[in-house]
Amino acid sequence: MSANILTVDDSASIRLTTRVALSNAGYQITEAVDGLDGIAKLNGGQFDLIVTDLNMPNMDGLTMIRELRKMPAHMGVPVIFLTTESDGEIKQQAKAAGATGWLTKPFDPESLVKIVRKVLGR
Amino acid sequence: MSFPDPIAVFRMEAAELLEQIEAGLLDLNVNLGDKDQIDAVFRGLHTLKGSGAMFGFEALAGFTHHCETAFDRVRKGEVPATQALVTAVLDAKDHMRALVETPSGDHDARSEHLLARLRQAVEGSDGSAVQAPGGPALTLYKIRFSLPQNAMANGTNPLPLLDELRDLGECRIVADRSAIPALDQLFPTDLHIAWNVELLSAQPRSAIEDVFIFVMDDMELQIEAKQAVLAAAPAAVVHASQSAPPPAPAAVAEAPQAARPAAPAGAPAAETKPAKGSENVRVPAERLDELMDRVGELVIAQSRLSQLAGGSGDLQLRAVSEDVERLSGELRDTMMVLRMVPVAQLFSRFRRLVHDLAHETGKTIELVTEGETTEVDKSVIERLADPLVHLVRNSCDHGLEPPEERLAAGKDEAGHISLSARQQAGEVIITIKDDGRGINKERVRAKAEASGLIPANASLSDQDLYQLIFQPGFSTAQTVTNLSGRGVGMDVVKRTIDALRGTINVVSHPGKGSEISLAIPLTLAIIDGLLVRVGSGRYVIPLSAVEECLELSIEEDMRSRGRSFISLRDSLVPFIRLRDLFRTGTKPDPFQKVVVISTGSERVGLVVDQIIGDHQTVIKAMSKLHHDVATFSGATILGDGDVALILDVGHLVAEGQQQEAHLRAAG
Repeated sequence: MSANILTVDDSASIRLTTRVALSNAGYQITEAVDGLDGIAKLNGGQFDLIVTDLNMPNMDGLTMIRELRKMPAHMGVPVIFLTTESDGEIKQQAKAAGATGWLTKPFDPESLVKIVRKVLGR
Repeated sequence: MSFPDPIAVFRMEAAELLEQIEAGLLDLNVNLGDKDQIDAVFRGLHTLKGSGAMFGFEALAGFTHHCETAFDRVRKGEVPATQALVTAVLDAKDHMRALVETPSGDHDARSEHLLARLRQAVEGSDGSAVQAPGGPALTLYKIRFSLPQNAMANGTNPLPLLDELRDLGECRIVADRSAIPALDQLFPTDLHIAWNVELLSAQPRSAIEDVFIFVMDDMELQIEAKQAVLAAAPAAVVHASQSAPPPAPAAVAEAPQAARPAAPAGAPAAETKPAKGSENVRVPAERLDELMDRVGELVIAQSRLSQLAGGSGDLQLRAVSEDVERLSGELRDTMMVLRMVPVAQLFSRFRRLVHDLAHETGKTIELVTEGETTEVDKSVIERLADPLVHLVRNSCDHGLEPPEERLAAGKDEAGHISLSARQQAGEVIITIKDDGRGINKERVRAKAEASGLIPANASLSDQDLYQLIFQPGFSTAQTVTNLSGRGVGMDVVKRTIDALRGTINVVSHPGKGSEISLAIPLTLAIIDGLLVRVGSGRYVIPLSAVEECLELSIEEDMRSRGRSFISLRDSLVPFIRLRDLFRTGTKPDPFQKVVVISTGSERVGLVVDQIIGDHQTVIKAMSKLHHDVATFSGATILGDGDVALILDVGHLVAEGQQQEAHLRAAG
């Protein structure tokens, strides 16, 4: 059983990079284009992991994380966020919102897969 | 009951492991390339080292570590398995026993001598020492960490983190669960466990910190580099390990097992699991019987409680009574499992028997056994041994033809006997099958007529005819051999199987072979029963035999009077009025019930006055005085102290069928 991953990003190129890297690693991918779309996808399914951007139109990543942590079905689902900021403040905010881990952009596919494996376990 | 001494438990476990190691080494001596045995010996050594260290047998752990290392290298293909190595480890194994038995004795000189030999045995093959000097420097880290309380709610699963730590080196993880609050204050997604980890690794400290990168800021993490263990020459390590043993590997205890102090080696990692018996605790059989008796008494007391509670309006009492009922049911189930042993024990002795029989009869016989892992109550196994011996003998002697006859019949020269076991619902079916000549029906009939068992020309089904061979004094063998043919045996088989509340089924194809199946209830001591009332007496019908319960209206009863059949979905089922059978002299209840019971294909209805309900029945044997009462198989004590007799289903079904046959014969 391969894990189901939801990727949330407004950038089509990042979505594509993420999809290619994670499908090659054997995961099932569902995509959402912003936080609102992400919540809609979460309402329609069960995911083992969520990879999300933070800066997005309609609903940003932080809000989406806060919202999904209120949904009983997704309470303990790991959330990895992508960030360009290397400083700690945004990380603290995201963690306070309920994020599990992060990956700093730009990233190569290997490090994404590595982080996903780290969070999901073997 | 007191808890067993953990040291004693370890000693018992160690003895088993040493036996396994020895057996593996001896097998390996025959076939040096046997990968399975190499793995088995390695696993044995690995587990012994790990548990040894846990229970304070440090000298043992240190010494065993070197043997384990040697075998690990063999396992990885770095050095070949040699006779010299096997011999050295065999001697080392004897020394390990001494280290287990007298851990405080002075064993240093002997240890060093044996390790030198081990080193030689390994060096002899590639010139390198048991443990290559100058290997990576290992550090023993003592790590204590606890994650933020909301870590799991935020998606951090601690188990992958523990896995990552294990990837760094030899790891011993113990969960500290002391901070877990009481159940009513426990929020399910909160995390209250802290972990203590001993990690022997060549990795730097930063590698450990990387594991926790996402939670680092919010968690408690202490890393202490305890000491540097240099991979030095083996003899030196022996001394070093006596003062500071290498951490027991793979003694992982973050699972609930950590709560059991006496559990040997906590939970050996997955790789050591296949080492059979390594986690077993041996218990004398009579203690199990004792426990079974207690459980039996408990079940009786519980049913008394249920009756009291059922009769009172006290809801609280009822709730408690229901709890006790559930618990005693579970306890009973657990008890049953404890008493189960695989039939492999039983089957193993037949290899020798068949070998001897083949020799005596001059036949070539191949024995195949199947389903050895099927488990049966231990007392059933003990009592099955003799009947099976008779049946197997019978197959060898009567069933299988001599080689020339087989060849003439176009069969293999070698006769085949298969012995198989499988579980089916609440029964275990043991089948003895041969590909011999089959049972000669004519001869069985002639013999039965000659000895007056059946009247001449009686019409009998094949099954009934075959059952005659189990009658006392019956034997069709024309010559009496040493093995069988004296007519003793088959009736004993039948008696024993009856006593076990089992049934025998015979299938035979002339010229092709015969098959005898024994269906035995899995356990003897407690059954689920249906409690019924007939007249003023109460009786138990084994629930496993009950197919359904129907109402017998007075009109229907009147109509059927004298015919004693009911129509059940287009088939006529004969029924027996237990009131008549037991001569209760009472009037039938206005709403009598028919309990339809069956043994496989045969069915019969039992007319009772009232169906009281389910009853967990602890079977008590009847006294010798009642030995020949066929209708009952035992007795049980009811909740109110009354005795209820347990109906013998097999007998009643046979009775019903006979009744049917009589009626048919009468037209």
